[in-house]
Parts: sequence; structure tokens; C-alpha cells
Amino acid sequence: MSTHSTATIAQDHVHDDHHGAPKGLLRWVFTTNHKDIGTLYLVFSLLMFLVGGGMAMIIRAELFQPGLQLVNPEFFNQMTTMHALVMIFGAVMPAFVGLANWMIPMMIGAPDMALPRMNNWSFWILPFAFTMLLSTLFMPSGGPASGWTLYPPLSLQTGNSFAFVIFAIHMLGISSIMGAINVIATILNMRAPGMTLLRMPVFVWTWLITAFLLIAVMPVLAGAVTMLLTDRFFDTSFFNAAGGGDPVMFQHIFWFFGHPEVYIMILPAFGIISEVIPTFARKPLFGYTAMVYATASIALLSFIVWAHHMFTVGMPLGAELFFMYATMVIAVPTGVKIFNWVSTMWRGSMTFETPMLFALAFVILFTIGGFSGLMLAVVPADFQYHDTYFVVAHFHYVLVTGAVFGIMAAVYYWLPKWTGNMYNERLGKIHFWWSVISVNVLFFPQHYLGLAGMPRRIPDYAVQFADYNMISSVGGFAFGLAQLLFAFIVWQCARGGVKATAQVWEGARGLEWTLPSPAPYHTFEEPPTIDDSMVAHGDTAH
Amino acid sequence: MTHADTHNPDRYFIPHNAPWPIVGSIGMTALLAGAAMAMNGSASGKVTMLTGVAFIIVMLFGWFGQVVRESVGGYYNSQVDTSFRMGMLWFIFSEVMFFGAFFGALFYARVFVVPWLGGEGHGVMTNALLWQGFDPVWPTNGPAAIGGNFDTVPAFGVPLVNTLILLTSGLTVTMAHWALKNAQRRALVLWLAATVTLGFLFVYLQAEEYIHAYQELGLTLGSGIYGSTFFMLTGFHGMHVTLGAIMLTVIMFRAAKGHFTDANHFGFEGVAWYWHFVDVVWLGLFVFVYVV
Amino acid sequence: MKNQNIVIVSIAVLAGMLLAVWGMFAVGANMPRGVTEFSHTAYDLHMLILWICVVIGVLVFGAMFVSIIMHRKSNGVEAARFTHNTKAEIAWTTIPILILVMMTVPATRGLILMETSEGAAMDIQITGYQWKWKYEYLDTGVSFISSLARDSNVARQLNSGIDPNTVDNYLLEVDHPLVVPTNTKIRLLMTSGDVIHSWWVPELGWKRDAIPGMINTAWTEISEPGTYRGQCAELCGKDHGFMPVVVIAKPKAEFEQWLAQQPGYQAAEDLASMAANTIADKQATADKQADDQPEVALVN
Repeated sequence: MSTHSTATIAQDHVHDDHHGAPKGLLRWVFTTNHKDIGTLYLVFSLLMFLVGGGMAMIIRAELFQPGLQLVNPEFFNQMTTMHALVMIFGAVMPAFVGLANWMIPMMIGAPDMALPRMNNWSFWILPFAFTMLLSTLFMPSGGPASGWTLYPPLSLQTGNSFAFVIFAIHMLGISSIMGAINVIATILNMRAPGMTLLRMPVFVWTWLITAFLLIAVMPVLAGAVTMLLTDRFFDTSFFNAAGGGDPVMFQHIFWFFGHPEVYIMILPAFGIISEVIPTFARKPLFGYTAMVYATASIALLSFIVWAHHMFTVGMPLGAELFFMYATMVIAVPTGVKIFNWVSTMWRGSMTFETPMLFALAFVILFTIGGFSGLMLAVVPADFQYHDTYFVVAHFHYVLVTGAVFGIMAAVYYWLPKWTGNMYNERLGKIHFWWSVISVNVLFFPQHYLGLAGMPRRIPDYAVQFADYNMISSVGGFAFGLAQLLFAFIVWQCARGGVKATAQVWEGARGLEWTLPSPAPYHTFEEPPTIDDSMVAHGDTAH
Repeated sequence: MTHADTHNPDRYFIPHNAPWPIVGSIGMTALLAGAAMAMNGSASGKVTMLTGVAFIIVMLFGWFGQVVRESVGGYYNSQVDTSFRMGMLWFIFSEVMFFGAFFGALFYARVFVVPWLGGEGHGVMTNALLWQGFDPVWPTNGPAAIGGNFDTVPAFGVPLVNTLILLTSGLTVTMAHWALKNAQRRALVLWLAATVTLGFLFVYLQAEEYIHAYQELGLTLGSGIYGSTFFMLTGFHGMHVTLGAIMLTVIMFRAAKGHFTDANHFGFEGVAWYWHFVDVVWLGLFVFVYVV
Repeated sequence: MKNQNIVIVSIAVLAGMLLAVWGMFAVGANMPRGVTEFSHTAYDLHMLILWICVVIGVLVFGAMFVSIIMHRKSNGVEAARFTHNTKAEIAWTTIPILILVMMTVPATRGLILMETSEGAAMDIQITGYQWKWKYEYLDTGVSFISSLARDSNVARQLNSGIDPNTVDNYLLEVDHPLVVPTNTKIRLLMTSGDVIHSWWVPELGWKRDAIPGMINTAWTEISEPGTYRGQCAELCGKDHGFMPVVVIAKPKAEFEQWLAQQPGYQAAEDLASMAANTIADKQATADKQADDQPEVALVN
């Protein structure tokens, strides 16, 4: 380790004596510390992951065999709707914001996030919003059952829970926008001297672009659901053809939000994988600038492909062609990223600790999700795939084995830095293999189900779909169980274990690894001097 | 505030112990849950909403009060100032996108949906089988004439006056900025007072126009797609003008107290940016909602 | 050094992927090739893009596995330091673009085929309701409602105690199927009386949303007589899973015979007088839509 970083650490230690972490419950309520808030986000996300997972278990249990055995169709639809809302807004997005909070200041040499009080508020809206959202399940009319996409006119048939759901979505949007503003201000304004934009770790880059997407599209979602609310309660006719509106107009506005939203849920994972693979390949990231440009291109393209989610609504031919071509173009920058990751591994010196295993699984399984995405882009074939289990398989490959595996890679990768302890590597590997096998048993057969003609969002199905559904359900239960092991591993690591070194991983590069493990409560109160040897994997001069 | 004691002006100011966000969360939840209850016809909805509003007001005074004290106390260096500026600019960008959703609805309905319902291009069969006889002329309340007959608000009456009012207010707020930069506190407060007056005058005229539309023109929120887009766009804009005018009022009192210097006045600038944003949105509204 | 391993793993990856794809055919869990020109188009495009993906996947994952086997620290490999390779980067940007451009040609052709509904010999209006379909043979006076068959409906109730395996065509049978002639270009005009539904028969090759207040146009020309089953494909409320679509395609003559036996049928001679009525009927429909009156009650 360079003398410089030792100096930084010494300084931080001295400073930490002045004010370390305060004690008690109110610490967490009033905290403005990016690490505390990061922890809050991550713990909340894990909780929501388990809640949303529980709903998935109900879904898979009902679909275990044909016929209705456990729940009635109304409740089934509430489960599919809530599962999506909880996983998207409660599990995946907060997990990424939590990682951003913990890591971005430490990766760019900043003392904290740019707007610490607002950072607190971004988090503390979430528990209230989710209390409101989840409470609708206990209302006499039940929760929302029209799918997380809330297409009218169906969503307008929702009972008393409707306004609560809309307002919960507003709150989640406010939280996301404030979190994103904070991330952008931190990255653009808080970098240590010498941490130029093109020296930033790729994770920071992907979050910068993600934050831009969030600020651009969350307000559009707010607008769309506001129109739903006024159509339902205040006589407007946005989505009613009799009044000159159009139900399909909602889908256009929603997916203008929705497509960037799916990239919001994957770009930070791209960043994580771009940190993890070079570390365990002990080799700099291949094509750093290409990675940055590819991420930016994907983000920009995400604004002009929204209608590929709705090819069957009957758009004019010209529109269908445009959205098909634009969607296919996305394969090019995405391909560049995949090729760059494989090239990073090529002639590296790889080891296979749990974070690397998740990253490798990510590359393969996300690519499979990408392939099915490309297939879905071909409109004539999409007329068959659309709204079937093929689509369900597709987006679970990109979101579970993509986003969630990315988050898990990140957690195993940085957990020693957060807690100061190594997690149990043996259990970590068991968790990985258990997850990666079960997740494929869970989702791969769903491709077949979709192709064979099983629509999404049905609680019961024709008997020819029975075998694959049973296999899928078994995979689902196994995958669900594996995540309890994950929660245990995290809990165990937080409690103690083998002490981690500052660098933790032999091949790790970047400012966060110059800090001791666990990272002190306050870090980089004096900006560090950036030494090329500490710059993350993009730098090739060394 | 342990940090205050050991504060070092060369360092980025990191506040500790923020009690206001949680108050804001409670307020926001009560306000929205109360609104939802009211929409569902619950009698306790309004009380819950008002409780929420009370919490939010307390939060705003507490939070901004603390920030003002820190700012006046010199805790914020130029880097903190930059963070605030970025925060405000990106917030305004998010507001632009929010209005974008409603402008998008207006354009989509007007350019695509209404002609389709009238049988143009893609909508031949829609018109032939479902809406025969519908004349797709904007403004419209749709083939079923939802909400009954209505007249539109002529662009070159009150809306034109309101346009001039907002444009003038953009000018006066710039004059205020100019006065601030020249350290003329009296002129600053006067120009701000003029801006606030114009802002509230706009809101007053807008309210008069709404009453006129509802009572005499038959134009309501329920007047099909025209009424929906008209009132949602102008209504959200009016709410933003009201908010902007309140913010300007606060800034005016702060200016009178001497909170701003020619070098350090982000609070003023942030609100001025917001005011210009509201102004620009109105120009879009005037052109696309009233004139075209 | 470990050439054997590389070969073994490469073959294993390749075999695994081919096995997964081949598995689809073996168990019949692939997209049906269907009985219309368009369904063949969709199927061919599906298979083409699938194989392209498989080939790219074999190459990329193959390279990755070779790297995982060879370039590991436990083999004593020293990491290289390269971060760029201009030739490779140009290749993996341009080749995908070329493949995509190639794909757009048949995809565009297929889409144009689907969107060309001109020249249809007959029109059927399909209206989705929660949770049934209404079929109207335009200009013949024939129309009826098609809902889930009774025995499926009994068996599908929560804890009905009936084994779905004992029910014929469980959830894929209706009381009144849509009957159509073969080798006839039929235009299907979709709409809905309440929420959005989506009319889908996989063997016909497409689905299209039924949207309230809008008419979506699609067409089909079935080449083989037979019974073709599908389902509503857009979430439409609690019984979304229980509104199947059944289409019976009969040779033209048989179809004519069937149609003439339907209640309300008006012979071709009356068409002229009917045409005059049609406009009035449509207006009435429009008025009813405007009043938000479900038509179901009237038809039942």
C-alpha cells in the first residue's frame, strides 16, 4: 500500500475519535451519514426482497398444478401486481441506491453525499410509501389487481385501494428523484481533485447515467398515474375514447417511463460487473471508454423504444417498424459490453470467489435474457410471444439473473468493506450454486410455456402446461429458500468473522480499497490525492 | 450540532442529525392518505389531510430555517453552493418532465387519437363501426360529447393578459437580481414585491377565468379530452405559479432582512430559476393550449 | 496445457445449448407453425432469430468458458495487461449490425404482410367483454356470445375437487366457438365493451388487443380445416384466465351451410336492404357505447 493511503487512514482514524457513529434508534432516523443511509436502503431492500419473494411463492404454489387450490383469482392478480411493485420499487431500486450511497463517495473520494439531509428524506419516504402500498392488501376491496402496469380501463375498476396505490407511487417517485439528484450532484460536484470523469469507476459512471434516467422518467410516471387518478375520481377523459381520449395513450406514457425504468434497474448492475470481473481476473477492464459510451448509448436509446412493450395494441405500420428497428439497435451497445467483459477475462488470472461466480453467472444469464429480448424485438414473432410466459422468462432473466445477481455480486464484493469481516466463503459458494441452478429450473421452462401458448397473469392453465409449471414451481421454491440462506450469510458476516484487510481482494483497485475495513464512519473528510495506482480498473498506464 | 463547533470553512459542510425529513415523511403520508380517504368518501379524510399539511408546514419552517441559519452563519462554502445549484436545476428538469407527460397527452390526443376517432388513416374502421358521424375538430369532448357543449376560453383575452403579466414578472425578477448584484437592497425588495404582486395577480385572473369557464362557458374538467388537458395543464401550472409566488414572498422577506449578499445568494437565484421555468411553461401553454 | 479440458467444456457448452433448443422440438414446447401464411412467417422468423442467438451464444459462452478453464490463477497464469484491440472491437460492433440489418428484411416483410388486410372476403367483429367474447358476422345478422364451457367452468372453481385432467380441453373449450371458412381471407375487427382484452389463437400466428372505443384490424386466412384454441392474452380482471378462444375452420361449403342455420341469419338476397340498415345499426352501437351500456344483456 502506498504511504499516501496509510496517511489517509491515520487521518480518518484520528477524526473518527471526534465523532463516530452515534448510538440508539434515533441514529437511524436522523442520520445524514451516507454509510448509515446506504445500510438502511440495503436492509430495507432485503426485507422487501423477502416480502416480494413471499408473494412469488404464493404465485408459484398456486401454479404448481392445474386447477385452483390455494387462492381465488382476485387475490392471485393482487399477488402478481404487488410482487412486481414490491420487487421493482422496493427491492431492486433501493438496493442500487443503497450501493450508490455506500460506495460512490468512497469511490470518488468525497466526504459524503452532496445533500445529506435530503439523502435521509429519500430513504425515509420509502417505509411510509410501502406501508401505504402494502396496507391496501388488507382493505375490504383488496389491493390493486390490474398488474403493475396499471393499464386503464382495468385499473380504474380497482376499489378503495386505488387512490392509496397511486399516492404510494407518487411517494416512491419523489424518493427516487431526490435520491437521483443527490447522486448526480455528488458525482459532478464532490469528486476529489484529480478524479476526472474518465477516471471514475464504471459503477460511478453507470449510476450517473441511471440518475439522469430517473430524473427524466419518474415525473412522467407521476404524470401518468395522476391522469389515472383524475380519470377515476374527477371525470377527466384521458383514457376514454368516448371523450376523445384513448386507453392506449396511457400505455404510451407509461412505457415512456417504463423502458428507461428497466435500464435504471440494469445499468448499475453493469457497473458492478465491470468492477468485479477485473478484480478477480486481475486485469484492467477491457475497453473502459467503450463501456462508458455503450452505457450512455443504451440510456439514450431507451427513450425511443418504449412502444416495443405494446406491439399488439394496433399501431400504424410505420410506428411498428420504427420501434422494431430502434429496439434492435440496442443489441449493438449491449453486445459491446458483453464482449468487453469476456475480453477482460481473456488471459486474465482468474479466481472464483462468490462475487466472481455471481458476476460470471450474470454475464451468461443476462445474455440469455438479452437474446430473448432480441427475439421479442422482431415484431411478427412478438405477435406470438407478447403477453406469454416467454416474456415472463425474458424479464426474469434480465431482472433476477441480471439485476439481482448483480446486486448479490456487489454485496459479497463489498460486504467485507462494510462490516470489516469476511463472509463465510463456503456458505457463499453454496448460496451461489443453489441459486444459479434453481433459478434456471425456475425460469428456463417458462420460455417453453410461453412458446407453447401459456398467457401471463393467469391463475390456472390448460393441462398441457402442467409439467413445466410444476418444474418451474419446484425451482421457485428452491430459489426462495436459497435467499433465506443469503439473508443468514449477510447477518452472520455483520456479526463477526475473519477480519478483512483493507484491500480485501488481491486484484481490487480503486479508492474504496485504500480505506480500512470496516470503512470508518467518516471517510475522505480531507480529499485524497489521487494516485494512478489507486484509480479503478479503467486505468491502463500501470 | 457537534459539527458547528468544529466547523472548518475549507471543508464541505456535512450536517448531522436531521430531524426534519421524518417529520416531512409523516406529513406527506398523512396528506396523501387523507386525500385518498377523502376520495373514497371517508369523513375523516379532510382532518387527516390537514394534519399532514400542518406537519409539512412545520417541516418546511424547521428545515429551511435551519438551512438559512447555517447559510447566514457562513457554514456553506462555494462547493456546497454548487451542490444546491445542481440540486435545484435537476429538480426543475424533473418538473419539466412532469409537464412533459401532460403536454405529451395533449399532443397524442390531438394529433393522433381525435383524427383516428374521426376515421382518418389508421382509424377508418374505428369511425365506421363505433363512432360514425363524429367530426374530429379540435377542441372536442369526443364522439360521445362527454360533459356536454362548451366554449373555449379565447386566447387573446385574459390568457394574453396573463402572458404579459408573467413575462413582465420575469423582467422584474431579473431587475431584482440586478439590484442584488449591485448591493441595492431597497431596489431588490421593491422589484421582488412587484414580482410577487404580478404572480398573485396571475393566479387571481386564472381563478376568475376558471369560474367563468365553469359557470358560463360550460367548460369543465369533465369536458372530454379538451377539458381534461386544458384544466390539468393550466391547473398544474397555476399550482406551480402559486408555489413560486410563495417562495418569492419568502425570499422577499429574507432579502429585507439582509440575508443575501452580491456574492452569496443561491436562495434568491434558485427561486428566480424556478420562476423563469414557470414562465416558460406558460409560454408553451399559451401557444399549444390557447392559441393553436 | 489443458487442451483436453477446453475441448470438453466447449463441447459441453455447445451440447447444452443445442440440447436446450432441441428439447423444445422433442417435447413439442415450441411455437406452433400454425395454419396461416402469417403464422408460418412468425414461426420462420422465430426459428431464424433463435438459431442466430444460439450461434452467437455458443461463440461468446465458448470463449468465456475457454477463458475460465485456461486463464485461472490456479494454473499459474500471469494476467495480461491489454485493454484494447481495435480490430476485435470493430468486428464485434459491425458484425452484429450486419446481422441485425439482415434480420430486418424478413421482419419488415412479415409485418407488412400482417398489416395488409385489404381484399378480405368477409368481416367478423370481435368484441371482448369481462369475461367472454362476442362474435358478429357483419352483414349477415348472425352474432353470438362465446364463453368458457360449462364443465371447465365448474372444475376451475377454487377447490372444486374435480381433476382438470378429467375435463376435455380444460379451460380451452367454449360453448359457442367461432366458425370460419378455410381458404378465405377474413378481416377481424376487434374492440371491447369494457377493459382491454387480447384475442389470440397461436395457430393463426398473432394476437391483437381488443380496446374499448377503438377498432383494431387484423386478418387471417386458414389453410386447413380444424379446431384451433387460444386464450385472452391481456390481463382483464379476475377471470382473465377463463375466457378462451376457439376457432373452428370448415371448408367453405360446410361453413355456408352452418351460417345459414344460425339464428338471425339473413340470406344474401337481403343484403342490399341490410346494407341500408347497417349504418343505422352501427350508429345504434355507437350510441350504446357512448352511454357505457354493456351490450351483453341485450345479446343474451
